[in-house]
Amino acid sequence: MNKNESSKTTDLEARMSQIPDHIWVKCPICKKTFYRRELGPYRECPYCHFGFRIGAKKRIQMICDEFTSVDDDLKAPKRFDDPKYVQKLAKVRKVTGLNEGVLTGIGEIDGQKCGIGVMDWRFIMGSLGTATGERITRLFEKSTEKHLPVVLFTASGGARMQEGISSLMQMAKVSQAVNDHAQHGLLYISVLTDPTTGGVTASFASQGDILLSEPHTLIGFAGRRVIERTIQQIPPKNFQRAETLLKNGFLDKIVNRSEMKSVLAKLLAWN
Amino acid sequence: MTKKISAYDRVLAARSAKKISIKKLVAGICDDFIELHGDRAYGDDPAVYAGIGLIGKQPVTIVSIQKGQDQKQNMARHFGSAEPDGYRKALRLMKQANKFNRPIIALINTPGAYPGVDAEYHGQGYMIAQSLIQGIKLKVPYISIIVGEGGSGGALALAVGDSVWAFENSVYSILSPEGYATILWKDSSRVKEAAAAMKLTPKDLLSMHVIDKIVPEVHDQKSMTQFKDALSHKIDELKQMSVEERLKKRYQRYRNFN
Repeated sequence: MNKNESSKTTDLEARMSQIPDHIWVKCPICKKTFYRRELGPYRECPYCHFGFRIGAKKRIQMICDEFTSVDDDLKAPKRFDDPKYVQKLAKVRKVTGLNEGVLTGIGEIDGQKCGIGVMDWRFIMGSLGTATGERITRLFEKSTEKHLPVVLFTASGGARMQEGISSLMQMAKVSQAVNDHAQHGLLYISVLTDPTTGGVTASFASQGDILLSEPHTLIGFAGRRVIERTIQQIPPKNFQRAETLLKNGFLDKIVNRSEMKSVLAKLLAWN
Repeated sequence: MTKKISAYDRVLAARSAKKISIKKLVAGICDDFIELHGDRAYGDDPAVYAGIGLIGKQPVTIVSIQKGQDQKQNMARHFGSAEPDGYRKALRLMKQANKFNRPIIALINTPGAYPGVDAEYHGQGYMIAQSLIQGIKLKVPYISIIVGEGGSGGALALAVGDSVWAFENSVYSILSPEGYATILWKDSSRVKEAAAAMKLTPKDLLSMHVIDKIVPEVHDQKSMTQFKDALSHKIDELKQMSVEERLKKRYQRYRNFN
């Protein structure tokens, strides 16, 4: 028996994981590797322009010249008191600096005043909780009242399981606020960002007058694994990417993140 | 003494093959009925059964999502899961009802919208979104009834009316209890526990005002007549309101979910 300790692959793996990962980045879409700093201020892949996922506050900085948030304190209702859920909420509030999964307010894009909302995918996968729905509803109500257009960036895994049927009802609640805003002849631009799926795709994300997205964004209703299990086949690789939706007529335009602000400014000015 | 019925028992009863078929239900409540087909864009989804009927002297538009009665029908209807063309057909006929001032009755028995590749290509999410935003503003009386399964957005698409009812043996939820147990607990065997936690029974839904009324199961002529009378009565009640009043009440109904 060898008295010396033999090398273990687990040790090597542990050491490798300590190699600083802040230098190199691999694009999840085109799989090319590049220096992190090449992501640039817009956090785009320099090769395929995939927009790496960013939080709500960062998005606001990229898009708005001015922004005043509203309903910051609006949180999930206390009746959802499952300890695991409460714990999870506390954790994501700390990570995101938000009390709920969407940041809403009134802002300015190149001198154009508008209602703005940005969903944060880090907040329980951007799921549509009761307070998320309430904030978005109020955003549309406030914008209707002030006669302002709305720009909403969606990012969501869909319904928030932990809040059950209340989560589903948000789809109806927000839809009628969007409808009311539309009835007043006001513009709503929906920007579907990575990932926009489930109940959010099946409600307000798809109800804009103009639907924009970023390159290679995942957009769909049903999850890939659910579809796989149902049809007993592996779906095509890119069947839920923005490019496929554009080809099939479900998006107006795919915009690189670095150009998003100027495209939004034009669309707001021309309406 | 009767055994207490668990939430999971309700799930099983809602899915039971013995549950009255939508077609029989439509035949029972309507004195006459003509089925209408097609979405005028792409196809005619057999999972959506719709048309115009007469309840007494009152013409109504009926839209429904139905399961099959045998394996062959179930394959064609994806076990009661509609595709985008199904939602497009339903919405087309609901807008037609609005034009001709006909009340709408939506009958729902679906495990959810169909999760398929073509359904995604043809805008499953987009069509549900349109069913919601265009359905919720229709000016005519609009009653939705969860007959068996009310699965997620696929059911909600036809359930944004003035009044939402549920059969005694029905469930309405964001996803199946099997899916809930798998996603939240990574354990699909905890399905009974999931069903209880999800508050998906008619009693739970009534207490949360997600539904407005629990309807006794329809299984014979007597219960069919009761159901028909209840519908007639509700239509009359809704017709007596002005459009503004009805829409205001409907807005409040959904605005209150906070």
